[in-house]
Parts: sequence; C-alpha cells; structure tokens
Amino acid sequence: MFSEIGHFALALALMVALVQSILPILGASRGDALLMRSAATTSVVQAGLISLAFAALVQAFVTSDFSILNVVQNSHSAKPMIFKISASWGSHEGSLLLWVLILAIFGAAVSLFGGNLPDGLKARTLSVQAWITVGFLSFMLFTSHPFERVEQIPVDGTDLNPLLQDIGLALHPPLLYVGYVGFSIVFSFAVAALIEGRVDPAWARWVRPWTLAAWVSLTGGIALGSWWAYYELGWGGWWFWDPVENVSFMPWLLGTALLHSAIVTEKRDTFKSWTILLAILTFSLSLFGTFIVRSGLLTSVHAFAVDPERGMYILGLLAVSICGALGLFAWRAPQMEPGGIFAPISRETGLMVNNLLLATATATVLLGTIYPLLLEAVNGEKISVGPPYYAATFVPLMIPLVLAMGLGPHLSWKRADLKGALQRVRWSIGISLAVVVAILWWDYRGPVMAAVGIGLAVWLLLGTLADFANRIRLWDMPRQVLDRTARLPRSVIGMTLAHTGLAVAILGFTGSSLWKTEDVRFVQAGDVVTLQGYDVTFEGVREYQGPNFVARQGLLRVENDGEVLETLTPERRFYPVAQTSTTESAIRQTLVGDLYASIVEPQGETAEGVWTLRLLYEPLINCIWIGSVMLVLGGLISLSDRRLRVGAPKRPQAAAVPAE
Amino acid sequence: MDRIWALLPLAIAFVLGGFLFWGLSSDRDPNEIPSALIGQGVPDMTLDPIPQMGGLGFDPDVIEQEELALVNVFASWCVPCRAEHAPLTRMSEDENLPIYGINYRDQADDAAEWLNELGNPYKGIGHDIAGRAGIEWGISGVPETFIVKNGVVVHRHVGPIVGDVVTREFRAALDAARAE
Repeated sequence: MFSEIGHFALALALMVALVQSILPILGASRGDALLMRSAATTSVVQAGLISLAFAALVQAFVTSDFSILNVVQNSHSAKPMIFKISASWGSHEGSLLLWVLILAIFGAAVSLFGGNLPDGLKARTLSVQAWITVGFLSFMLFTSHPFERVEQIPVDGTDLNPLLQDIGLALHPPLLYVGYVGFSIVFSFAVAALIEGRVDPAWARWVRPWTLAAWVSLTGGIALGSWWAYYELGWGGWWFWDPVENVSFMPWLLGTALLHSAIVTEKRDTFKSWTILLAILTFSLSLFGTFIVRSGLLTSVHAFAVDPERGMYILGLLAVSICGALGLFAWRAPQMEPGGIFAPISRETGLMVNNLLLATATATVLLGTIYPLLLEAVNGEKISVGPPYYAATFVPLMIPLVLAMGLGPHLSWKRADLKGALQRVRWSIGISLAVVVAILWWDYRGPVMAAVGIGLAVWLLLGTLADFANRIRLWDMPRQVLDRTARLPRSVIGMTLAHTGLAVAILGFTGSSLWKTEDVRFVQAGDVVTLQGYDVTFEGVREYQGPNFVARQGLLRVENDGEVLETLTPERRFYPVAQTSTTESAIRQTLVGDLYASIVEPQGETAEGVWTLRLLYEPLINCIWIGSVMLVLGGLISLSDRRLRVGAPKRPQAAAVPAE
Repeated sequence: MDRIWALLPLAIAFVLGGFLFWGLSSDRDPNEIPSALIGQGVPDMTLDPIPQMGGLGFDPDVIEQEELALVNVFASWCVPCRAEHAPLTRMSEDENLPIYGINYRDQADDAAEWLNELGNPYKGIGHDIAGRAGIEWGISGVPETFIVKNGVVVHRHVGPIVGDVVTREFRAALDAARAE
C-alpha cells in the first residue's frame, strides 16, 4: 500500500518537475512574474513528493516488506534496525532515490532561502535544476524502479552486502550525495547565468554559500568513506585510488578550485568564465561518477550491479546535460567582459596558481581513472593504473600547491608586496626548513619524501597561523587579541581553520603512508609478535553469535615494557545468509600512531589453529581524521559568515564594480 | 581565439563521451583477465636456480617432458604465497604433480630462507630477479599458477589457491586437463 503511494508520488513528482522545467524559464524570458514565481510552489511540492516516496521506501525496509524486490535483495529480517534503514540507500535503486531526493531538496532550499536572488536568475536556476530532476526521475521510473513487486513473496531476504553493514558506511552515502548532488545547484546557477548572459560579483556571492555547503558535505563524505575503508577492510590503508574513490575525489578537487575562484569573481570581478566553467565541470564530474559507479564500465570493488541499459540511459543524460552546458559556455563565454586587472604578484595570481594546480590534479586523476578504458579502446590491451602512477603524478602537483597555500593569504589583492610577504613568513620558512633537516638527520635511512611531507605540513601550519596572527595583530597589540578575533569575518576564521586542518591532515598522510611498519605472520595461541615497542600476544580465539552473523574473535594482549595496556579483539564475521565473511579490525588509537590488528582464519583443515595475524603500526594516522574534521568545521564556520547570507548581495545598477 | 578556447571543453567532453559509449556498447568484461598464453607452448625462458638452493633451475625443455605439471609464480615478500604454500604442497603430493617455480623479483637470500622455513615442494625453481616472467608469462601479480600439459599451457589461475571454492575450481581444471 505505502509503496504504491511512493510509486504514485514519484510519477507525480516527475510531472511537477516537467512543469517547473518549462514555466519559470519561460516567465523569465517574457518578464512574467507569475510564471517565474510558480517555481516557488513546484520546487517545494516536488521535494515533498519525493520525500514521501523515500519515506515509503524506508518504511518498506523497516517493516521488512518482502513483497518488494528491492527489500528482498538487500535486507533480511534478522538485521539490526539501523542497517535495515541504511539498506534503503544501499542498493542502486534506493541510492538513486536518495540522489533525486537531495536534488529536489536543494531546489526547494534555493526557492525558500534565496529570498535575495533576483527573480529572473532564481526562476532560470530552478528550471535548470528541474531539467536535471526530470532526467533522473525518468531514469528511475523507466529503468530502476525502487518499488518493484515480486510475484512470489519469499520468506526472508538475501541480505545486504555485509561489508556495508557498518555505521560508517550507513552515513557515508547520504553525506557524499549531499556533496555530489549539492554541486547541481551551482551548475544550475552557472547555466542560468549563461542563459542570462550575465556574470558579476553579485552572482559569485550568491553561488558561494551553495558551493561551500556542497563542499563541506563532500569533504565529510569522503573522509567518512576513507575512515570506513581503514577500519573495515582490514588492510590498514585509507585510500586506494580505486576508480570509485577517484570519482568522488575529482568533484572535490574541482569544487575546491571553484570555492577559491568564486572568491576572485566576487571580490575582483575577474576569472568569470573560468568560474562558470568550474561550476559546470564540477557537477559534470559528479554525474560522471554516478555513471561510472552504475554502468560497470571500470573494474572496481564497489560498483553497483551492472546493467548496460542503465548505463546507456545515464550516458544519454550526461551527453545532454554536460554537452548542453558546455555548448552554452562555448557560445556565451567569449562575450563576457574581462574584469579587474592584477599584477603578476598578487592574491589573484596566488589563487590562479591554486586553480591551475587543482585543475591539473583533477585531470591527472581523471586520466588515471579512465586510462585503462582508453588504452583498451585503442589497442585492446588491458591494464590497471595503481598507486605508483598517482604517487608520480598527483603528489608532485600537491607540493607547489601547499607551498603557495602558505604564502597566498599574505599577498594582497591587485598588487602585492612580495618582499613584505616573505618578511612576514620568514620564521615559517626557517622553522619548516629546520624541521626538514632535523627529520633527514633523525631518520636518515627513511624516505626523503617523509621529510618533505612533514616540512610542507609545518610550513602550511605556520604560514596560515602567521597570517592569522597578523590579522589579529598578535605581535603589535597582544591585549586586544580576543576582541580582534571576535571582530574578524567568520570566513577568515573558517579559512584559517580549514587550511590548518589540511596541514594536520598532511602530517597524517605522510606519517601513515611513509612510516608505516607492518608484520604479517601465522600465529598460534601463545605466540608473541613485537612491533614498534609493542609486544602483542595471541591468546587464542573465542566465538560468539551476533544478530545475523557468527563471529570468531581473536584475543590479542598488548604489552609495552611488561605493562599490559589492553586487549585488542579483531574479528572475522561470517554472514550465513549472504554467504560472505567480513573482517573487523581492532585498533589501539593514540595521537602518535595506531596499532592496527586484523586476523584471518586458518586456511584449510591441516592448518587448524593457525591464524594469519596482520599487525600494522601507522604513525600520525589520526591526524587525517582530525584534519578532516577541521576542514569540515572551517567550511561550516565560513558558511555562517553573515556576508554570505544578508545585506550586500544586491546587484549594483551600473555594471562597473569598484575594486576593494 | 577566445572562441576556440571556449570550445575546447566541449570538444574534450565529446571525445571522452565517445570512449564511454564504446566502453558500454562493446562486448567487454572489465573484470576479466585474459591470457594470450592458453593453448600456446611454454614460453622460451630459461632461468638459473636460486644460488643458495642449487638444484634444477627453470627450463622449458624439462617442463615439456612432463605429461602434466604446474608452474607456480611466487615470492617470499608475497603474503598470499605463504598461505598458498601448504595447500599447494599437499596437492602436489596427493596428485603426484610436479611443480616448477618461478621465484619472481625476489632476493636470493630471502627466497632461500623462505623455502628452508616452509619446505620446498618445487622440482625446479628459476630465480627471476629481473621479473622476466612478467613479460614472457604475462603475469599480472603474484601468486599465479599455470597448468601445463605436454608443454602446452592449458589453464591459468590468478591469485592464491586457498579456500574451498578456489581449490574446487582448480581441481576441476586439473581434471579437465587430464581428461582432454
């Protein structure tokens, strides 16, 4: 019953979206206020209808309604409630519904909170957003119906992939999608501006909060996914350069570039066509990601069920939306007047370097991701592109980026005084060079890149803090520091927090990948393994029964200098319904580094009692998670900046905008 | 000039889209790892034995004499190889199958230590420090195992032969090779 309502709501939402994709934009070109304002109603109704459909799907999963194919294939009655709920977006159909839901919610949010937007821009933006909704709703209704019934109702379901039955991964898709899909609204803004033929600082200011909101969410989603991979897959790695990871990382990289170029467009009325292009490409990469995950085009560990028909449909959607937008860009962009000029040494140049490096890095990742396909198409050869490629191409691009990041905020707009800026960071330069030398001396046999990485992190940290100290005039008037901090724009505080967050994360990236130590061996009860000062005793295995799995838990006594610290309990879980096993690692977390343990059961009958124990010591890895939280918080603080919400976004009557 | 630059993104999108279209429409399975070697003779690649171990090296002429043999690519740095070692040894004893080893990109000392610790089931081992097997045998990783019948490669298995499912599949391939 509920699912029929859900089905009906989806069909109705498609109709409403069709209306919204025509009326407001027609109204905007005719100057008809009534038609333009129809979007206010249709966007909210659309979001309401899709929410209803989503609620119906969740309800089907919560009550384990096995008359629905989707529930049969992805749920089981014995599963814990939280994973029943999360299973509703664990399948291709369910996740697509979530995708469309977020798309509609962003549209409704623009119509509800975009009160200061001019009617024409708002109407066009909402129409463009509705075009995307029409595309994806029809895709769902015609090829991937979430409410399809089964003819013969089975007694129980076949369960969700046990790897996905985890709290980190229950939350990962919604967050990632808010980021992914959130860029849709920026795309719609860009296309609307191209149709209008007008891009100015006010436009950039309206777009920035939406970009930032999407970026924050995408950052959180990627970090959560990476954290999940770290503790759930049992390998102790946090990034594998898998195609599906890459397709979420590319919109993040370009979104970051967009975040920065929109600042230049807002403050200096320049980089206009570039900002528009980034806005289009960022969402195009999100669409590309959706396509890759759902078409089975590339080999990946977490692709959805493969179906060429679906792939064709999304490819068609991609072709229409991306080529349409880029065609519009090719037509309109040359007509945009160039804005404010700037000297070679200026903040504009700094941000341009940032943008060029981020765009090149994105292209590098894109090439690595699709290279196997390109090569196979050209000469039939099958290869895979792995971490060595990215270590050789992506990492070298990040070095100048971080170097520029430490200095950039010290440069002023238009024309900067390089000497003065270098003067202000002379201590940061000195200390970070000293750190590099100290690490090379202390760890002279270790990888040189480790010293470079840590040195860069220190440079970025100090450079950013020096800029902040400068702004609050810490050295001149130390007494008024609190007062001055409170009066700083929130966006500056957010920027400082986010940049220091990246510095902290770089410490983690470097430490955990270059100073990692590892020991893999067969153990029997009583065996002791020593790693990085920890004595780990394998005490044996005990079994217990979970709600929908059977677990075998290894007991590892961790000692340091004869003092017992704790008992780690890595597990192997077997899910009888899904007929698969998962690894549950056990981690002793400290700020200095993690002791990571995972076990694998004996292979074959002759090896009774012989377990494979994998022990890793990953220095500084928690800095990655701390840094990610700082990035997200920085974005949120910046988002709360009042300049992004009230006041100024009024389009000046004259076209010219005075430089700040 | 501006006009051409502005068209560039569209042009790139078209080219990429073309490749994606090809990828969808052509009949391909991205997960399949093909081997051009199946049905071909054993590659002409002779390897010297590991100095510390002595004994027989890896010689295609010798392998061609065998009615049925396994060629196993292994290395001491490879953890799955360690897991595979015992089942492989057992299989070789149970079925009276000679195994020839290619010790892939391994230090001789490490390899010798590894074999002394776990035992040496191989009839001959080639020390492939330069990784020639990667080219000649087209391996994609370690471990890999090939079934060779009268000097012709008849089956390729990627990954360790451990666990019930994989072992069953591999034994089925062996039986099929015998039956032919």
